[in-house]
Amino acid sequence: MIRALLGDRLVLVVGFAVAAVALAIGIGNLIFPTDSALHAPTYTVSLTGKYLCYALLALGLDLVWGYAGILSLGHGVFFGLGGYAMGMYLMRQIGTRGTYGHPVLPDFMVFLNWKELPWYWYGFDNFGFAMLMVMLVPGVLAFVFGWLTFRARVTGVYLSIITQALTFAMMLAFFRNDMGFGGNNGLTDFRDLLGFSLRSDGMRVALLWASAVALLLGLAVCRFMVASRFGKVLTAVRDAESRVRFLGYRPEAYKLVALVVSAVMAGIAGALYVPQVGIINPSEFAPANSIEAVIWVAVGGRGTLAGAIVGAVAVNLLKTVFTANLPELWLFALGGLFILVTLLIPRGIIGSLGALRLRPGAKLGDDPAADAGRA
Amino acid sequence: MEQGAARLVPPPPIMVVSRVLRGFAVVLLLALALAGPARAQGEGGPIPALATTNFDELSRAIERLALSGHPQALPIVEALRDGRLMFRQEDRAVFWRDPAGAMRDAATGEVAAGVAAGGLRPLRLNNRVRRAIDAAVGALSLSNADPRVRLAAAERVFRSRDPEAIPALDSQLARETDARIRRAMEAARAAAILASDRAEPEKVAAVSVIAARGDLDARGLLAGLTGASPVVADAAAAAVAAIDRRQAMVRIVQDVYYGISLGSVLLLAAIGLAVTFGTMGVINMAHGEMVMLGAYTTFVVQEAIRNHAPHLFDWSLAFAVPLAFLVSALAGAIVERTIIRFLYGRPLETLLATFGLSLVLQQAVRTIFGPNNREVGNPSWMSGAFEIADITITWNRLWIIVFAAVVLFGLMLVLRRTAFGLAMRAVTQNRRMAASMGIRTPWVDCATFALGSGVAGLAGVALSQIDNVSPNLGQSYIIDSFMVVVFGGVGNLWGTLVAAMTLGVVNKLLEPVAGAVLGKIVVLVLLVLFIQRKPRGLFPLKGRAVEN
Amino acid sequence: MTGATPDTLLYLDGVTVTFDGFRALNSLSLILMPGEMRAVIGPNGAGKTTMMDVITGKTRPDSGTALFRHDHDLTRLDEPAIASLGIGRKFQKPTVFETQTVEDNILLALAGERRARRAFRFSAAKAEAGRIGEILETVHLSGQRDRLAGGLSHGQKQWLEIGMLLAQDPALLLVDEPVAGMTDAETEDTARLLVGINRTHSVLVVEHDMHFVRALGVKVTCLHEGSVLAEGSIDHVSANPRVVEVYLGR
Repeated sequence: MIRALLGDRLVLVVGFAVAAVALAIGIGNLIFPTDSALHAPTYTVSLTGKYLCYALLALGLDLVWGYAGILSLGHGVFFGLGGYAMGMYLMRQIGTRGTYGHPVLPDFMVFLNWKELPWYWYGFDNFGFAMLMVMLVPGVLAFVFGWLTFRARVTGVYLSIITQALTFAMMLAFFRNDMGFGGNNGLTDFRDLLGFSLRSDGMRVALLWASAVALLLGLAVCRFMVASRFGKVLTAVRDAESRVRFLGYRPEAYKLVALVVSAVMAGIAGALYVPQVGIINPSEFAPANSIEAVIWVAVGGRGTLAGAIVGAVAVNLLKTVFTANLPELWLFALGGLFILVTLLIPRGIIGSLGALRLRPGAKLGDDPAADAGRA
Repeated sequence: MEQGAARLVPPPPIMVVSRVLRGFAVVLLLALALAGPARAQGEGGPIPALATTNFDELSRAIERLALSGHPQALPIVEALRDGRLMFRQEDRAVFWRDPAGAMRDAATGEVAAGVAAGGLRPLRLNNRVRRAIDAAVGALSLSNADPRVRLAAAERVFRSRDPEAIPALDSQLARETDARIRRAMEAARAAAILASDRAEPEKVAAVSVIAARGDLDARGLLAGLTGASPVVADAAAAAVAAIDRRQAMVRIVQDVYYGISLGSVLLLAAIGLAVTFGTMGVINMAHGEMVMLGAYTTFVVQEAIRNHAPHLFDWSLAFAVPLAFLVSALAGAIVERTIIRFLYGRPLETLLATFGLSLVLQQAVRTIFGPNNREVGNPSWMSGAFEIADITITWNRLWIIVFAAVVLFGLMLVLRRTAFGLAMRAVTQNRRMAASMGIRTPWVDCATFALGSGVAGLAGVALSQIDNVSPNLGQSYIIDSFMVVVFGGVGNLWGTLVAAMTLGVVNKLLEPVAGAVLGKIVVLVLLVLFIQRKPRGLFPLKGRAVEN
Repeated sequence: MTGATPDTLLYLDGVTVTFDGFRALNSLSLILMPGEMRAVIGPNGAGKTTMMDVITGKTRPDSGTALFRHDHDLTRLDEPAIASLGIGRKFQKPTVFETQTVEDNILLALAGERRARRAFRFSAAKAEAGRIGEILETVHLSGQRDRLAGGLSHGQKQWLEIGMLLAQDPALLLVDEPVAGMTDAETEDTARLLVGINRTHSVLVVEHDMHFVRALGVKVTCLHEGSVLAEGSIDHVSANPRVVEVYLGR
């Protein structure tokens, strides 16, 4: 089993890289003084933490798209729900320090003239409960959604369109003030987490490290699933779902497990993301956000766990550079990336590397994995 | 006229009794007037009777004048109201000063030469006289030669429920020929009767007359009825319930109409997608941007016309429709040749590439035209609204329904009756066979995609008339469009039609119950559940060909 | 037609399938006894593949009875349930898992646990590895064990799929055009293989290649327009004038 887990050398490399970068930046921020060449500014700490959260989301997406052939255009739903669960905990931690100083109600509820906490906010003052919800809410939603769609044998683009509709509906719902999640503005003005200020460098480094640990755990879980018999069946489902049925497997069960695991990973990513960026609002549910996550995976190489991480970090680095220097060109660049990657390197960076290394004769683009969506 | 109307407010209850009494007086006078005009003349006619300083006499004289049908009655009463009526003490001759300052003989309306205001006594008013004037103006308006004035007067009486107007209404009803005005007057009379102290059967009859009106005013009147006898109250309650039912029906009909209107918009947005997705299996996430290109083409055409030939503005859409089709079709053809054709048989890849394309197109439009909404005007024939049976219908929505129908049937015609349509269906059904029959399949693919995109451009022209033209225009329709195509069943234009209309109507019927946003969410959720039950939509294609 | 006696393996009676007005199967009736091998022939569109679709649960018939081992109603079960009952299928177009190795293809097909929650296991058990070796030996793919299935030739894919059927070890094998695209030598090999399989399994094989059918030497059913046109030995069926007219050609 250990051998199977460690069998993918690229995963090991990327895993070590993530650990090393997170450690280096954290130490550089906490130990080296501001004027040292080795100092990592707090901005870099949070930015890296954000990238790692995106990478965890991409990893979950890769599990369902790269290995099960489910192109989800709605993974932002799970990410956002995890983020909201964390945001609710953080809101409750504000206590009387809010603008209105209400001991229980968050500011926006006081503003809306609400008299008491809605029932679904109960328990979120408890960190353990909130963390449970971070995983449970996306997981249960994924289970219900997957149970309904997979059993009905909704596949391919139909499934993709439904997931997009799901995130769209979620966005509309969370924009409503009376949903009790802060409407348009979402949840923000967070103060502290487990009693430590979110603005302290220590907390920021802790969050970065937590994100790195979550990502590495996610990587291990994915590798475990993919390398086991489960992964073989899942890949078979991706390539020829109906054929798998004639062998006596129930593809829906395998897909359901993958989707739920993936959604929980996305939820955790969202929960770690929110304290690092300081806000969660309905725009996280915007269909464009979810589809942007898909391109991370595509760029890195779907069906390769390392690719999801590489892609997420690479595209977001690119985005950071572009939006800082040439903001009006970013959408051209992103759009162009979508087109060029699908046309020229459908296997993504890591996938192409792997193909070159493993099978020198294989032609790019005619790999069945690249046609996972077919029929 | 309008000033007089504005003062006709419903009386406080305490005055009603005296008004009713006066109403009787008017009826009596009317009887006298009808029975013996000669006798009335014998007393000097209605005009000399005005020459009095006694307010009670003056009030009665006004009422008499109003009922006399005297041709000069209205200017006289108006002059009295404005303090321009005066009389000569010695012969009780009555004059009024016209706005130019000339004195006119009240009996004839002619300018009375040699009469000076200084030798005349102005008629003074008290509240009682003012009320009489208002009633008289109302009554006179009822007999005005202008049908619009008569209708307005009847509506005023309906609202004021002035029992004193009953005789005037009766006399006018006897000769009114316009059916619409008759109905208004009958309703007004019934309203006045309910406010009077007439006999119960008459009131019950009045209730049913008002109930027949069936609108919210009628409901308000009947629901607000106080002090009625139990029989009348029961009749009124039953009538209110009937009106409520009718209003609910009207609301439903109205919502259904709005739904059809929304459905036609969805149909327009989705129909091009039905071609590209439905027959080619190409997921074009940039379809919304093809719609957007159509809308911006309309904007450019209108700008050009505004700047160079403003008199042609009403024709702007006639230029925009073909141009938008061409622009979007050309864009579609380029996209097919440069991107889509490399991705046939890989729908998920197509989805991603075209999504990227949509980002590029949006940003391009944002760079060229700016990020804000651009102003696209309605031609005059698409502006405004009219009303049928309490339902307001705006011209632009109506034209869009017509346009959607024309586009749908035009497209069907192209697909079913032209050589291109035949080639397209052949390629869809069996590409290799079609190719071996000499059909140039790459050309057909390109033309099909261009056709679908061009139709999206047409949708853009329509949407520019009802929605903001902004770089985000396409995005707001793409999810709905996909839902329509998937719901209707891929590859079936009738299915697209039924799906668009169903979604539109269900959406609008849910809106009053659940609110706009929640209604949309409910529709999306219902649709997701539906697709899970019937993954191939309402009108699925069956058979082995579908499996491959 | 006799009724469904307790010892029938497969019992089809009056099975009708319609696609948009087209009758793919028209009151088809067919009985297969345990241990039997049957060859099904017929022109394109005769309903051969649709019949297999009905038996494996892919297509629900509009009417008719389809029983397996007398008491399992195939019209009410879905594909995995039917596969678990012991009906295996090889498709007309060879369908293997192209991104996985030949070994993994066989491993996925090996009889055993199918539930997702029991699937978190790693390398194949010794017994499994041995069985895989045997099967690969049988289908002449021992040398290809670690290759990706997608890299196999068409004929090899056919063999791999037959190997997967063996691994599945079903009571009844449905084999759709197993020798399409094979050389004569390969065809003969396949016929021998099927005859060997038939010693322990029941087989229903659809094939166009009359030499192959003759080589099998089993009872033949000729389908036409969705129902049985003729049934009997190969000589009996090929002598039938209607069969000659619609299928074999004059």
